Amino acid sequence: MRKPLKIITSASAVAVILGTFSIVPQVTVAAEPSVATQGKELSFNKKKGNCLACHQIDDGDMPGNIGPPLFNMKERFPDKTTLRAQIWDSNKNNPNSMMPPFGRHEILSEQEIDKIVEYIYML
Amino acid sequence: MKKLIAAAAALAVVAGSPLVAQASPEEDLKDFQAHYMKRFPGVSVDDYTNGVYAVNADARSSWESIEDFPPYDEALIQGEQFFNEKFANGKTYADCFPNGGIGIRQNYPYFDSESGDIKTLEGEINECREANGETPLKWKVGKLAAISAYMASTSDGKKLNVEVPDDPRALEWYNKGKEFYYSKRGQLNLSCANCHVDNPGMRIRADTLSPALGHPSHFPVWRMKWAAKDNSNDLGGLGTMHRRFGGCNKQVRAKPFPAQSDEYKALEYFLTYMSNGVPVSASRTRK
Ligand code: HEC
Ligand code: HEC
Repeated sequence: MRKPLKIITSASAVAVILGTFSIVPQVTVAAEPSVATQGKELSFNKKKGNCLACHQIDDGDMPGNIGPPLFNMKERFPDKTTLRAQIWDSNKNNPNSMMPPFGRHEILSEQEIDKIVEYIYML
Repeated sequence: MKKLIAAAAALAVVAGSPLVAQASPEEDLKDFQAHYMKRFPGVSVDDYTNGVYAVNADARSSWESIEDFPPYDEALIQGEQFFNEKFANGKTYADCFPNGGIGIRQNYPYFDSESGDIKTLEGEINECREANGETPLKWKVGKLAAISAYMASTSDGKKLNVEVPDDPRALEWYNKGKEFYYSKRGQLNLSCANCHVDNPGMRIRADTLSPALGHPSHFPVWRMKWAAKDNSNDLGGLGTMHRRFGGCNKQVRAKPFPAQSDEYKALEYFLTYMSNGVPVSASRTRK
């Protein structure tokens, strides 16, 4: 009982397990769209990320211009966890940021943020 | 790139709080208006009564053509009729206000040293009714908004002129409103200032954000959105300033405060003082 618990206390291990769970069904269940497609839907959805309110993204319709356009993300964020941190709590870098702290204020679930990160990271 | 954005973010913090915590209202007012003059050179203080259209040239011409045949005309006519109706005791609103209620909008809200309270125009309209044995009207919409809009229309062109007198209680109201304006709130964690001080002229999705300067100069306002929601009478598009405050609180998923609550009275007091010098333009249309 003790051993497996110890293993999953490490954050990266949790990520691996979560990752496995979320990827496996996509391969087996044909109807389920890819993680990136789900991430795009979540990013564009007004009731979810609503990232288009402030960012120009991909082929998104009528984007706002309060935040920087999101592209070339791998270059800007060599470390994916930095990108995730910006989305999880934008106020850490900039206490007055316009960008809502999606994770800290539980606007999105951890899984939803993961999917958005996958999508945004491709841009 | 990262460096550039970090610098921009640092700038945003500074720009986001142009008002120093302990500054006097006079110093605040100077800094507040200077912030907009710098951001929109060429836009005169007078023009800020036009809200978002002062800083959005693209949308301005279609707005001006709407204003040629204002959808709120009928509401103003009815507001004047309501204003002149006699109470059961034979008195009218004119008996409750200085100068018979004509041309006084620019002096509201004000600090009343007797009660230590902030008096808004809507607040005094209902006070007047109650003092004359009438039931108070519903806040935010309908008859009260129409009377307020008519009274404001008699102040068209007069510059907002609100005082923070040398009284610690007045300063307390002022500071309460100021703190409210700059505090992040709601699940989306946004302050009023984030949108209307830090980002006026920028687009949030398809909406261009208006400058805070001048906000209180054209209320009650006629909104197409409100008119579409309530077309049961000729007053459906009208709403008071506190109705709009509530809408902007809800927008960030914060709980709105009631109209005429201390929170919104303080907010109106601060915001109007910041807009001193902007001319009143009554009941303009907005999206
Ligand atoms: C209300 C405005 C707003 C919304 C909504 C918003 N952002 Fe932002 N975002 C900003 C601003 C402003 C910045 C600039 C940095 C700062 O101030 O935090 C930013 C910065 C970023 C950055 C860093 C860009 C860089 O190159 O450094 C990323 C990534 C990002 N946002 C992603 C997102 C995602 C993903 C969403 C939706 C889930 C989102 N944003 C929603 C306003 C917003
Ligand atoms: C997320 C962005 C956002 C925040 C935060 C926000 N507003 Fe707004 N506000 C808007 C938008 C969008 C409009 C409609 C377009 C415009 O006129 O700016 C608006 C309109 C207004 C108007 C009407 C302007 C007019 O000319 O009719 C007032 C007054 C106002 N806001 C006050 C406030 C106050 C007070 C707060 C804080 C309690 C606040 N806003 C917070 C986005 C915001």
